[in-house]
Amino acid sequence: MMEIFDIYLLEALVNGILLGGVLALLALGLNLIFGVIDVTWICYAELVMIGMYGMYYLFSVYGLPYWVAAPICILLVAALGAALHFLVISPLLGAPPINQLLATGGVLFVLQSFATVAFGIDFRNLGIRLPVLALGEMHFSYARLLAFIAALIGMVAVYLFMTRTYTGTAIRAIAQDRQIMALMGVDTKKIYLVTSALGGGLAGLAACLLVLQYDVHPFVGLSFGPITFLICVLGGLGNFVGGFVAAFLFAEIISLGGLFSDLEWGYVLAFAFFIVMMFIRPAGLLAKRS
Amino acid sequence: MNKQLAWGIGLAALVALPFVYRDPYHLHILVLILIWSFAYTSWSMMGRFGLVSLGHGGFMGVGAYVTALLWNHLGISPWIGIPAAMLCAGALALVVAYPCFRFRITGHYFALVTLALSGIVLQIIIATRDYTGGSLGYTPERTKGSHLLALQFDDKVVWYLIALGVWAGGLAVWYWIDRSMSRYAMEAISEDEDAAAAAGVNVTAEKLRITVISAVMTAMAGALYGQYQMFISPDTVSGIAVSLQMVFAAVVGGIYVALGPTVGAIITILLAEVLRIGFGTKAVGWDNLVYGVLLVLFIIFLPKGILGSLLARLKSSGKPQP
Repeated sequence: MMEIFDIYLLEALVNGILLGGVLALLALGLNLIFGVIDVTWICYAELVMIGMYGMYYLFSVYGLPYWVAAPICILLVAALGAALHFLVISPLLGAPPINQLLATGGVLFVLQSFATVAFGIDFRNLGIRLPVLALGEMHFSYARLLAFIAALIGMVAVYLFMTRTYTGTAIRAIAQDRQIMALMGVDTKKIYLVTSALGGGLAGLAACLLVLQYDVHPFVGLSFGPITFLICVLGGLGNFVGGFVAAFLFAEIISLGGLFSDLEWGYVLAFAFFIVMMFIRPAGLLAKRS
Repeated sequence: MNKQLAWGIGLAALVALPFVYRDPYHLHILVLILIWSFAYTSWSMMGRFGLVSLGHGGFMGVGAYVTALLWNHLGISPWIGIPAAMLCAGALALVVAYPCFRFRITGHYFALVTLALSGIVLQIIIATRDYTGGSLGYTPERTKGSHLLALQFDDKVVWYLIALGVWAGGLAVWYWIDRSMSRYAMEAISEDEDAAAAAGVNVTAEKLRITVISAVMTAMAGALYGQYQMFISPDTVSGIAVSLQMVFAAVVGGIYVALGPTVGAIITILLAEVLRIGFGTKAVGWDNLVYGVLLVLFIIFLPKGILGSLLARLKSSGKPQP
């Protein structure tokens, strides 16, 4: 009896790590935008939802192979991210931060109801059933493994872009000091647009990965949006490494909580953990003590 | 003096209305407007001081579900159930808001934490589906005895008067805060927390007080909504969508003036009704689409809201030009 329990525990632990990869990817996108533009996209999970619909239509309706559909989808959501910045955020850059937050809340409404109107409220999926990897008596889905690896590759690519290219360096510099960089001859408007597109692209990548595991419907964003925000706040908004660590912590809590009870209780447990952590490390997991 | 007279006449006209005109559909819309106005006013009490909470959907859900659960499972009358639900929401607000304020979690952080709160309340309601009915919704049992004890009335006029009283009470609380020292303290805090603390304002206590008042009132709105509609579902009384709906209506009406949220409720509910009737059952999603676009446009072009901008214009045109 005890042995079976241990195997389930191990399976849940590994599944938690695999889930953590995608959550870390989502947190990275949100952190990137917050760190550079100082805006929180409340509608971030809804961009992912639109991306998932994009994949559904490209793959199932237009019949493109998955490997062709995925890059198109990523570009699509990247363009959506840039458009979001251009249309909604840039007119509000001088406004109080709360207004920017609320405006993206409005975009959340728009995207959700747009999806309801355009695609209906049916649950849809790609109809791909990836095999299950059996390791001893443990079972892992290839979809999760693939998502984990792709998310890691995506994050490494962003890291290389941020450290090895001029644009990436400029993005990091702006995150450090918004005013000075404009004086140094960096076109802030362009950098903001690039960052938004990059954040959108990450949401697109997450969409391509999540659509393999979950059905898409107009409100699917609500099931992982809140958890992404919790992760970002727990890691410290704008703190990339903190977000990464927090994503795996949360994924483990959800996965282990789901082992003992329903998945919803995993979320509730994660939130309770979050409240406790706020007392202990209010400025984020990895914040330096002031 | 003139202002007080206008208020008195307005209120008297509102009280007299159902005795003169009693079309059930229009009364229904009016009751909804009053209950939601009360909820939006509660939200604005925090919102006007820069405390943007996206967790009010959670407080509303607590109010509606605790009242209904106490009635159905334990047979406790809503007269006790509603205060109990308000107490629960207040306690929840304390637990979540205290660390936020104590450790200076403001702005983005606060909005995101409260956003997560409303998401979690939704998850809990769905997770405890054995008791709450989950996503399918929940119906308070029809009364077995006294209607008064069960707070269930078939006559819309009674509900109209209850909602009117509660709404007026909400406005009274707004004025009470508006005239109190708390208002100045909160305004100072929203300008600059450090400076306010240096000037002797107990930042954490002031913020907590306003948050708990706001949460408790929102829970009451949720409970009343449940009692009136006799049906609640996680999507209509809790979750992020409801939180955003509150913010949206309050911002459209104007969060800095007492009647702003009420104007917001009138506009949004009438808009939803017109869209619903106009599009029929095809309208699923259309009303929210229009909402969302309007919200974005309002925040970009008219951040003070409709009533706020109107009043500001009236004031500036009244002054002599320099």
